[in-house]
Amino acid sequence: MISAAENIHIHRDDVGTKIGMWLFLFTELILFGGMFIVYAVYRFKFPAEFQLAAMELDTFIGTVNTIILLTSSLTIALSIVAIQQGRKYLSVLLIFSTILLAILFLVNKYYEWGHKISVGIYPQSEELLKKPQGEIIYFGLYYVMTGLHALHVVIGIVVLMIMGILVARGKIKQDAYVRLEAGGLYWHLVDIIWIFLFPLFYLIT
Amino acid sequence: MTENNRSSGVLADYLHAKTDRKGLLGWIFSTDHKRIGILYLISMLIFFSIAVLLGVLMRLELLTPGKTIIDAQTYNTFFTLHGIMMIFLFIIPGLPAVFGNFMLPLMIGAKDVFFPRLNLFSWWLFVTGGVLALVSLFLPGGPVDTGWTFYVPYSIRTTTNVIPALFAAFILGFSSILTGLNFITTIHRMRAPGMSWFKMPLFAWSLYATAWVQILATPIVGITLLLVAIERLFGVGIFDPALGGDPVLYQHLFWIYSHPAVYIMILPGLGVVSEIIPVFARKTIFGYKFIAFSSLSIAFVGSLVWAHHMFTVGMSNTGMFIFSLLTFLVSIPSAIKVFNWIATLYKGSIQIEVPLLFILSFIFQFCIGGLTGLMLGVLAVNIHVQDTYFVVGHFHYVMFGGTGFGLIAALHYWFPKMFGKMYKKIPAIIGWLFLTLGFNVLYFPFFFLGYMGMPRRYYDYLPEYQTYHVISTVGSWLLVIGLIIIAINLISALRKGEKAPADPWGGKTLEWTIPSPPPVENFETIPVVTKGPYDYSEVLTQEVEGKKH
Repeated sequence: MISAAENIHIHRDDVGTKIGMWLFLFTELILFGGMFIVYAVYRFKFPAEFQLAAMELDTFIGTVNTIILLTSSLTIALSIVAIQQGRKYLSVLLIFSTILLAILFLVNKYYEWGHKISVGIYPQSEELLKKPQGEIIYFGLYYVMTGLHALHVVIGIVVLMIMGILVARGKIKQDAYVRLEAGGLYWHLVDIIWIFLFPLFYLIT
Repeated sequence: MTENNRSSGVLADYLHAKTDRKGLLGWIFSTDHKRIGILYLISMLIFFSIAVLLGVLMRLELLTPGKTIIDAQTYNTFFTLHGIMMIFLFIIPGLPAVFGNFMLPLMIGAKDVFFPRLNLFSWWLFVTGGVLALVSLFLPGGPVDTGWTFYVPYSIRTTTNVIPALFAAFILGFSSILTGLNFITTIHRMRAPGMSWFKMPLFAWSLYATAWVQILATPIVGITLLLVAIERLFGVGIFDPALGGDPVLYQHLFWIYSHPAVYIMILPGLGVVSEIIPVFARKTIFGYKFIAFSSLSIAFVGSLVWAHHMFTVGMSNTGMFIFSLLTFLVSIPSAIKVFNWIATLYKGSIQIEVPLLFILSFIFQFCIGGLTGLMLGVLAVNIHVQDTYFVVGHFHYVMFGGTGFGLIAALHYWFPKMFGKMYKKIPAIIGWLFLTLGFNVLYFPFFFLGYMGMPRRYYDYLPEYQTYHVISTVGSWLLVIGLIIIAINLISALRKGEKAPADPWGGKTLEWTIPSPPPVENFETIPVVTKGPYDYSEVLTQEVEGKKH
């Protein structure tokens, strides 16, 4: 399958691969960084309305989701340890439990958003437009930022599935697991973004 | 590398080497950095030609006050698309994606970039973005008319196809990020043995600085454009003043990227100048480390000056003062470069070749562009000329007069290496003459127009501006003649040019040590670097000996 021309590209440099991955994570952090700036500006502009609007979020469901994501970060980290020890099936199991937790997170998110929408809080809804401007912006940011984060969770699930298949097929193995490490790094990014979103939207009330 | 691979043609040149897939597929799915560079070159030149055509038509429209050939709405879409295509599809990918891809691995003695498949993916994103921009022209709703800056609230209100254009810019930004990521990793991990940071060619240094700006600034514009799209689709209110959003915040976010993006455009151009000048001066570059570090400091300080685009928007006096000061600071590293280039030429054994001519035009025009940029950084002057033709003149002098000329210089400098053919010198010089003349006739009147108060992006104007508009339009014709001569000369060189030697100019960087065009594998054995990139000590010795005799 690999021709002579393609063959020359096969080289291995795990440090370099990780540098590339970290650079990519920087760009992701800055992408969300832009959103955090927007949040900061509007929080400064409408402190009272932000406080009021934050009361309407369900801290319980947010806390549950935080615990779910933190646990999933643990399982993905353990899957790397497992592959380092050559325990392939344990590693696959841990990757798929990470995926399961990620799906659980999204299910919770679905119910959370669903509840908000059912009480009429969504962009351009009559209910929301009656509220003061600060609250409109707060919920706008809430949907955009948690939505963008949820999108990253979905991408993360796809990445982790690919990793799971690669481990199961023996393409990622005890002495070559840099791809799993990179996938794990991505998952930790998804986690850490949530760690900032959670207090900003749920806890500061 | 096994013997088997060698016999199957790894040492064949990259243009004709056998690949898995036949014909065109062997190109558009190739992960060879050289082929990807050529892919970028071709696709970029197609977009460039369309954008030039739009520009020429706009100039023609401005020949007389009132309607000349197109109506006002068409004019609005023309300047928007001219801007979007020139910036996102030509100047930003121009030097890094074409010549960076092709030359960076050759210059640092590597076999490819670090992530070859990601590199191919970047090109596919680039093409997708470009096609999306073109498709938005023909969708119902009409082409986008917001200007390339997509300022809210107009970009939320207009009924034209803003969303495809926003996504096009977003995808192109993503492509640019991935290229930057690839280059940084390549430079960190794949330099040939012995090539320490300070033995690296200056073009590689400029690509390195550029890549950092690409990585650190582009995500901001990504999220900002995404927010505008979300605003249009769902009306969340973040940028909509009716719902409490702040349009000025949009401008800040936009320029946080788009000003550093200016340095994404110009830094590789400056790198090309530093590369070409020592070769034709037959002399080592003056102040190598200063040039290398000035690239980094331009990238750094340039990231902190964005609000100088917004002096008339509404900002505290302290804010304006700080941004004005920082703007002045950027001129220091830029001036260091110019002085070092001149110092390199001084007492050199200058050979007047085509690439050097373009570079000399570059320096002349870059100085005008840079100094008018300083004038714009002065608060008092800025209030007077903000959003006039003065600004348009300034950035065309830097972007086209600088980067555009740098790109054409790079094309003439590396053409023999890339295609293994020599072009004819005389037509190239005639093309250069027309281009330089046309360029200055076209854009210099802009400074007068702007100072007299002609606002940018206006379809119509008062009769007293007409003289300058006529001069400028004539300039655009000269410029296009120049471009056509250059294009015909290079295309005919491709077809029937003489075979190029490995090192037609006497360059000392690594890309000149291998055959033209380069073999698939670049280097048969990875070179070991012992000397700096511009070591012309032997030329000096020859001269000294020549004088003795």
